[in-house]
Amino acid sequence: MEIVKRPHRTHFPAWAADKPKILVLSADLTSSCEADLFRNQHPQRFISMGMAEQNMMSWAGGLAREGFEPWIHTFAVFVCRRPFDQVAMSIGYPNLKVRLVGFLPGITTPGGVTHQAIDDIGLMRLIPNMCILVTGDATEVESVLDVAHTVNGPVYISMLRGEVPRLFASPLKLGQARILSTGKDLAIISSGISTEEALRVQSCLKAKAVSVQHLHVSTIKPFTDPRIQDTIEQVRYGVITIENHSIIGGLGSAVAEVMATMGSSKRLVRLGIQDVYAHGASRPYLMRELGLDAMALIDAVESLLGQALNIEAQDLAAVRIDAVHSEAKAEAL
Amino acid sequence: MNTYNASDSFVDNSSPQWQTQTEQIAHNIRLRVFKFVMQNGGGYLSQACSSAELFATLYTKIMHLGPSTAPLIPIPYAGNPGSTNPNYQTGGGYNGPHEPQYDRFIFSPSHYALVHYATLIEVGRMAEVGLAQFNQDGSTVEMIGAEHSPGGEVTSGSLGQAISQAGGIAMARQRKGETGRVWVLMTDGEFQEGQVWEAVQALSHYRLDNIGVYIDVNAQQCDGAVESVMTTEPLAQKLTAFGARTIAVDGHDVTALAAPAKLAPNGQPLFVLSHSDPCRGIPKLAERKPALHYLRFKTDQERQEYQDLFEEMQHKAQNHC
Repeated sequence: MEIVKRPHRTHFPAWAADKPKILVLSADLTSSCEADLFRNQHPQRFISMGMAEQNMMSWAGGLAREGFEPWIHTFAVFVCRRPFDQVAMSIGYPNLKVRLVGFLPGITTPGGVTHQAIDDIGLMRLIPNMCILVTGDATEVESVLDVAHTVNGPVYISMLRGEVPRLFASPLKLGQARILSTGKDLAIISSGISTEEALRVQSCLKAKAVSVQHLHVSTIKPFTDPRIQDTIEQVRYGVITIENHSIIGGLGSAVAEVMATMGSSKRLVRLGIQDVYAHGASRPYLMRELGLDAMALIDAVESLLGQALNIEAQDLAAVRIDAVHSEAKAEAL
Repeated sequence: MNTYNASDSFVDNSSPQWQTQTEQIAHNIRLRVFKFVMQNGGGYLSQACSSAELFATLYTKIMHLGPSTAPLIPIPYAGNPGSTNPNYQTGGGYNGPHEPQYDRFIFSPSHYALVHYATLIEVGRMAEVGLAQFNQDGSTVEMIGAEHSPGGEVTSGSLGQAISQAGGIAMARQRKGETGRVWVLMTDGEFQEGQVWEAVQALSHYRLDNIGVYIDVNAQQCDGAVESVMTTEPLAQKLTAFGARTIAVDGHDVTALAAPAKLAPNGQPLFVLSHSDPCRGIPKLAERKPALHYLRFKTDQERQEYQDLFEEMQHKAQNHC
């Protein structure tokens, strides 16, 4: 698996070079959000707003009203929690073309509870007009820009930084899940970094003759992709969702809503952060502790099938470990 | 100095008598709001008392606005802004077209909406009958307006957000090389919101001098006197310390209100503190202090006393004309 170092940092300024209406607004986390190269290459289009996110959101709304396309770069917690009212009233309600690029989703940072966005998708789903895109690999980090750019309204992007695996060869498409495997026993629906983890169980389950329909979802809103409903209908034992987010408000909730609306009586297991806060620790540690890793997925599959599969941790593909002080990281957080 | 076409401005600026006309408009705004509050058995009256001269001076002397592009009678509510609602329009058309040379008006305290609508009527930008839709179901003439309400350009009812939105608009207009300015109307109570200070900080940092903020300093807010709720004074010193060009004026003196707008831009955002009396023109309101925010009659007798007062004011106004 190819690991790409800081794909957004280099791709974004090159992509934006011929788009003069695009501005970047930053709240003192410029290199942490891989916007430093954009700042260096397009200084006239880089606007430092200081540590003042409420003002930054409303200000971006004002710029968008005048025909500019602000791309806000900051940590997801500072997009979604702190200035929620400003995002809702100054950007969401007037349906303005502001792109909210939120970094450090869930447990991708050891920065602790203040930096870990476990609720960003849920909060943004509550805002009418908001489109929500979640990136899961380097190809999506790159191709999400074209998708967001064409949306006629505000977009929230859950963005990855640092060392990002390249899982996909084709670009992200709005409202279209990727079908990563087809099967009739059960469905695994994953998003973001959880897809890499779900891919890890594929060969083991195949070896045990468990037939899995695996979808990778990058458009969380609008959530109208017919592949979701088709998948729910065709599997025998039920559905598992896995996401780097609270089980309340994110992908698992969205799938539950679809299942309830279509009258499905199938079981649903929602893997994710089980309505608790995370804390400062490494990604593999937190994935294991919070039940977001490949073993948790195997447990969920066994639960749906009602039988033990006798798959052990060593049977799963080796877990990727990031170096704590990798030079590819913008900072230690 | 700006020159105006006849259609640009309600008041003939070449006349030395503009003050008389503007004062008359202010008086009419106050009277119209008073009349409406009596008809409705209550409402936001003290806001009209404190800001009538400010609204009148903004619309007749300070702002360089083109003629209204909006219908005299406001259209009904036509849904929220959204990608599936291409026909959505803001109420900004009442302030004229968005053209590079024209000013913009960003109205922050949405609970002053009735005063704003009354102003639009008095300066000929909205029909008198439009006010009959005030707070009626399915109408855009909302009690606490949004951006579809007449004269609305942004949604500002969550206080503190308008100045930041105006900052973004001012920065964008500067980047585009537009000569029109951005005027913001705020109140002193709003300066309790942290976002407002974030905005002043950013306006100063970027030296945006194409923006002017008029503050109705009436020392009143929902719970009572500002100083009893959370002190915002010394507001002028705070703004100056934040890098703003700060000027304090008598909020009922139209000449003083208009003067700061004529100053040559100097690289600082302009803040004009319009010190006002929330009982101006209706001194009886002072009996209700500190509960001035929303007039509710406690007894039939009180209501009758206000009705008598209104009729007296109206009678005087008719004789005056």
